[in-house]
Amino acid sequence: MLDRTADNVARATPEPLAKKIRGISDKGLAWLFISPTILLLLAINIFPLFWAIYLSFTNYRANRPNEVVKNLGLANYQRILGDHDIWIAMQTTAHFVFWTILLQTVIGFTLAWLIDRKFRGHAFWTTIILVPMMLSPAVVGNFWRFLYEPQIGLFSYVISFVTGIPPTNVQMLSNVELAPWAIIIVDTWMWTPYVMLICLAGLRSIPEYIYEAAEVDRASNWRQFWSITLPMALPFIMLAVLFRGIENFKMFDMVNLLTGGGPGSTTEVASITLKRQAFESWRTGYSSAFAIILFVAVFGLANIYVKALNKVKQR
Amino acid sequence: MKSTLKLALGLASAMFASTAVSNVAHAEDLTLCWAAWDPANALVELSKDFTKETGIGMKFEFVPWTNYADRFLNELNSHGKLCDLIIGDSQWIGGAAENGHYVKLNDFFDKEKISMDDFVPATVVGYSEWPKNTPNYWALPAMGDVVGWTYRKDWFSRPELQKEFKEKYGWDLAAPTTFDQLKQIAEFFQKRQIDGKTVYGASIYTERGSEGITMGAMDVLYSYGFQYENPKKPYEMEGFVNSEKSVKGLEFYKALYDCCTPPGSSNAYMGEGVDAFKSGQVAMHMNFAFTWPGLQKDENVGGDKIGYFVNPKGPDGDQFAQLGGQGISVVSYSDKQESALKYIKWFANKDVQAKWWSLGGYSCLNSVVKDPKFPSSQPYAQAFLDSMAIVKDFWAEPSYAPLLQASQKRFHDYVVAGQGSAKDALDGLVKDWTQVFQDDGKM
Repeated sequence: MLDRTADNVARATPEPLAKKIRGISDKGLAWLFISPTILLLLAINIFPLFWAIYLSFTNYRANRPNEVVKNLGLANYQRILGDHDIWIAMQTTAHFVFWTILLQTVIGFTLAWLIDRKFRGHAFWTTIILVPMMLSPAVVGNFWRFLYEPQIGLFSYVISFVTGIPPTNVQMLSNVELAPWAIIIVDTWMWTPYVMLICLAGLRSIPEYIYEAAEVDRASNWRQFWSITLPMALPFIMLAVLFRGIENFKMFDMVNLLTGGGPGSTTEVASITLKRQAFESWRTGYSSAFAIILFVAVFGLANIYVKALNKVKQR
Repeated sequence: MKSTLKLALGLASAMFASTAVSNVAHAEDLTLCWAAWDPANALVELSKDFTKETGIGMKFEFVPWTNYADRFLNELNSHGKLCDLIIGDSQWIGGAAENGHYVKLNDFFDKEKISMDDFVPATVVGYSEWPKNTPNYWALPAMGDVVGWTYRKDWFSRPELQKEFKEKYGWDLAAPTTFDQLKQIAEFFQKRQIDGKTVYGASIYTERGSEGITMGAMDVLYSYGFQYENPKKPYEMEGFVNSEKSVKGLEFYKALYDCCTPPGSSNAYMGEGVDAFKSGQVAMHMNFAFTWPGLQKDENVGGDKIGYFVNPKGPDGDQFAQLGGQGISVVSYSDKQESALKYIKWFANKDVQAKWWSLGGYSCLNSVVKDPKFPSSQPYAQAFLDSMAIVKDFWAEPSYAPLLQASQKRFHDYVVAGQGSAKDALDGLVKDWTQVFQDDGKM
């Protein structure tokens, strides 16, 4: 039946067109099919990247389209790398990335290990734990801002209840020491379930017979954990760290909603600085150079990390 | 069957015709862009008269203050046609004029006999002129605004508080006329129990993201002697921006923030200030005058409970206030410039301006604000008039955005985060601003 239909279509195809189609190789046909996607990628990913690289060598400002664009060579890059404030923002970003990854990995893996015990109601608790991850960052940022509110916020009252410090003195978002931790707490609350999910997949991929063999060898639970569970789940943990690391390196929404980079510049991570330079100060060339530096940094670190991940997987 | 078909065809034609007619009518509609705030609602009400008179419909695009500059500057920079008319912030005027976003209105004003002499001089300089103090007009002053203060008149008039205050400070508790007095009052009320509730001294601007802390700190710095540049040598800032008097002013602002604001006030601007005052948290409240009509009407803190005062004097008796407000301009990328100019002509009318004030907008027309009945027309009218007489504005240069971002960072780092000294902050500001003007080729 299908053959007949195909025959009919072939016969009905006008001869000039049929000739053309018959002349296309399989490879040509494959290119024909993927070319729209490639064109789209070139238009919305590759071209802007090269355009940004070009702009990074100029003094272009998007709010002054009529001004003559001057080529500055490497001046933007030199200025960024010599800018004290940029280095402070990079330090803030590194601090944020380090602590969020550490906390999310430790808590996420612990939760996954507990959930993997398959106790009664574990499916229900898994769903509950996953809820924060399903919320929109805008919603999370806004309601945590209310929770942190020193006069009416629940968080301040809980801290006050536990420590005896008056709630109005628990100024999570206004205090220079506490504000970075306020963001780390929210990010950890929201994204630990994601790490847990990946770790859980890793734990469930470990064949049961390995544990049975260990039992036969009378290996203790501790020994089983260190010699079987952790090494076999390690590639998954590293994958989670990679995903969260990339995400948190470019973290913007949560910081913007909770502190806007303040108090002062205490929580001004690199993406906030970039946004301010690009869309508030309108230094398009300068901010393009900064974006390229960030891109190279993330790309380079991610590459080194992926190589390490592959080595761990091959062990 | 035939008649049914005719009926259906007739109905379809009628529908098509009516849609076409309505589309023609809508094509003439003007879109006015502004911030989403109380005066915008008053303008919607006012503009109904314009539609009645001219048949030109009005559409409005209002964006919250936090995104107002981002949204509309993007629109103008991309030569968008969304806005036919725009009520743009006073600091935009330099950039909008030099980049050709606004239509120059001089010829139109001459033709329609609209004279800038009929408007409050400070608003003409602040909202319409570029370069400043030259007769080049890019906007019609639309909404006068200035930073001033409100206070809880009902608390100030309590005999027991008056007595305690007099004993402590040696003068009568009343609206302050100097910043020292303001701080004493703020300290007096800080963490005081009033009607079983803990209250605080004052709500001031500390917002980091857009322009908040600059608008607040400048309000104090001006009266302490801060100057943007050497009056004899433009763009020379050393010794003016970071003068000893400026340092004292910034130190005062930090001291006020540290001693007398409600907990968690590290990112407060107009909305947060209104909330603090309306919820009965603060004795005094710094804010733009546009908030006053709404507060006056408030059941809990308005009416007889609220009072208004002009930004106080500095130590040497200087007294200035930060200018707010905006002018209305015709967007040069609009296809409906003729209708947009008709709107401006209508808006400049004396009666329309009088109604604008009565609806809650702040008219800048002399005939309205110099009317003998004006000071008594609203409880805040006199404070508004007095404040408008002492205004100063932030840089209105085409590079106002990076200039503003620099001051936001320097002020917030020092005042809220407590990093470095006031001198460091102002020295840093001179360095940042110098860099901006050097990039612009002005230094």
